[in-house]
Amino acid sequence: MADVVLQPNRAAAQAARKRSSLHNALRRKSTVAFLMTLPLLLLIATLVIYPAFYALHLATLNKSMQRFVGLSNFEFLFRRETFWLVVKQSCIFAITAVIFKAVLGFIIAHFVHNIPAKGQRKWRGMLLVPWVIPPAMSTLAWLWLFDPSYSAFNYTLSFFGIGPIPWTGDPMWARFSVILVNIWVGAPFFMIMYLAALKSVPEQLYEAAAIDGANWWQRIWYVTLPMMRNIIAITTLFSLIVTFANFDIVRILTAGGPLDHTHIFATWAFRVGIEGSDIPLGASVSLFMVPILAIAAIFILRDVNKRGNEA
Amino acid sequence: MSRRKLSRRQFVAATALSSAALITAPYVRGAYAAGKLSIGFWDHWVPGANKASTDIVNAWAEKEKVEVQIDYIPSQGNKLLLTIAAEAQAKSGHDILAMPTWWPHAQAELLEPMNDVMEGLIKQNGEPNGTVKYLGQSKGKWLAVPGSIGSQIKGPCSRIDLMKQHAGIDIQALYPAGSPPKADSWTLDTFLKAAEACQKGGVPFGIGLGETSDNVDTAGAIFQSFGAALVDEKGNLTVKTDAVRQALEFYKKLISFLPPDVGAWDDASNNKWLVSGRGALIMNPPSAWAVAKRDAPQVAEQCWTHGFPAGPKGRFAPYLPYFWGTWSFSKNKEAAKKVLNALSQPDAIEKMCVASGGYDLPCYEKLTTLKVWQEEVPPKGTLYHYPNPHNHQTLSIAAAPAPPKIAQQIYVQATLTKMCLRYHKGEPMEKVLAWAEGECEGFMRS
Repeated sequence: MADVVLQPNRAAAQAARKRSSLHNALRRKSTVAFLMTLPLLLLIATLVIYPAFYALHLATLNKSMQRFVGLSNFEFLFRRETFWLVVKQSCIFAITAVIFKAVLGFIIAHFVHNIPAKGQRKWRGMLLVPWVIPPAMSTLAWLWLFDPSYSAFNYTLSFFGIGPIPWTGDPMWARFSVILVNIWVGAPFFMIMYLAALKSVPEQLYEAAAIDGANWWQRIWYVTLPMMRNIIAITTLFSLIVTFANFDIVRILTAGGPLDHTHIFATWAFRVGIEGSDIPLGASVSLFMVPILAIAAIFILRDVNKRGNEA
Repeated sequence: MSRRKLSRRQFVAATALSSAALITAPYVRGAYAAGKLSIGFWDHWVPGANKASTDIVNAWAEKEKVEVQIDYIPSQGNKLLLTIAAEAQAKSGHDILAMPTWWPHAQAELLEPMNDVMEGLIKQNGEPNGTVKYLGQSKGKWLAVPGSIGSQIKGPCSRIDLMKQHAGIDIQALYPAGSPPKADSWTLDTFLKAAEACQKGGVPFGIGLGETSDNVDTAGAIFQSFGAALVDEKGNLTVKTDAVRQALEFYKKLISFLPPDVGAWDDASNNKWLVSGRGALIMNPPSAWAVAKRDAPQVAEQCWTHGFPAGPKGRFAPYLPYFWGTWSFSKNKEAAKKVLNALSQPDAIEKMCVASGGYDLPCYEKLTTLKVWQEEVPPKGTLYHYPNPHNHQTLSIAAAPAPPKIAQQIYVQATLTKMCLRYHKGEPMEKVLAWAEGECEGFMRS
């Protein structure tokens, strides 16, 4: 009988406990953070993770996509001369472009950093223009500048008795052209990241270095660079991934030519997969980027982590 | 408040009436009784040309009580190819989709056979040309219906004045308007001499050697004129043959008379070359001439579209057809077939050809002498020989007669133009042939 009398109280207590545990859960920052990022996580799962696994699945099918062939597509690619040409070119393209973007970004960031605060915003805005214009559009302008028959560059150079230069017609010049445009598009990203890092270096360190008699080069080498190392590493990794996966610049400027000498992974994957109607082989080509980028990511992030722990 | 009582008789009558109405409803001929149909047409570059196909489809839809939705999909940025690939993957999409050249074969397993439509059309319009049969049929099955929209011959378009002045060739006399060609002397040897003369005269022929369609098509026709094929119809490698060597030797000579940058040309380069007045000949459908009509009328009035030069094994010209295919997973195949039949009627085809300013070229033998090609100006008769009205050249496509799925790879990878460029740049002949053989072996994977 007593039990019967006590039951409503117990139920009320349980409900109150439930409410308070939900309340506590919601009060926990991590839960709220998770709930707030959930829509983005779902979006990433739909637009990134699913396609990635679907690409893996496609890469294991035969040309007509009716049979499972395991790793045969990769085995086939390893025997193709053109594939190794594409691997070589992708590495040349990405590494050269990232090095030049980093060096140029570093130099420009220093120049901008030294401009008085009043005029700095104007310069920052102007220097970011190449990065904020959609590359498909800006590359069209470059295409007209490099046009085989009506190049504006060649027209200008002709006044100095130079050229005409086969900007997109000769393999070496074509490689130079696509790398140049990639540097032009990507350098402002490095510039803005490095500028942010430069601004966070405490002025006292430079003052201390100056008291110790450090010259300009020593201040850069012993103060600026160590303070920017993590930003440099993360920016380089991010840019390496984006440059390796580049499509639009090469596609618009040379479409992979002449004689396949500017094809990179994405453009060749498109040529083989979409234009050649061999989607499994195209998927295999594009997936080949993953191990290369994964190795780069492991090394760079390990280095960043190590320095983080040391700090 | 009074409440009306429903008798048993009334209940039975009402139930019977409602059931009858529900059962017969689908058979009542309402505004869209025959269902829905979605069509993906190629987006024509000629302003206003899309209207002709819209009008034909709408008139048919009105008569057949079908609700039609038309999307015009551009080929720029390969949007059409991406749409085909996406719909094939998703097994969902348009009931009818435009497919260029190689795509009916590429999607053969997913396309609804069109033999029933084609039988009637062939009886009515005459035989389709050989290229269309090669690209549109597989094991006796029509994979898609050849469409006139966007189909074209990429033959020579010469400057009358420059050819006369520099090469001493009266192209109008070889290809007179309104009568059969008198072009026996128009051979590859004559062509080469004319190319040399025009180059010396400062107006070189504008023939590209890049990796895009226009470049590959010309190379294909010239290779075929020598009887050169990289893979035969049975799928055997035929790269290391005398015919291929002869074609490469010819191209090596020709390249030395072309602009130095032809290795980087795309499909727009030759058009610009003609319109700017810098060249005496290009290989193109009349789109370059049409642009010249608008932007450089003094160039357009000197343009003459005509046949290819003949080689030792015949006279070949590249024909690039578009097809209209229906997926096997389409929800309204019957309506799709009916509208394709309506779009392939002679009067509909003529209407679309007129709307395209004579650019579109039907594949049927009875429809190559429409008035539009006789009437287009300037100059009068400029397009008379464009549709090959006297069948004096064989219409073909680069990489034929290889099995289409292999030929598509040879075509898309531009193996022919790459071979020509490699040889021209000094690579030994046998090395070029070995490279091409290796490429073709790779293209044979299934």
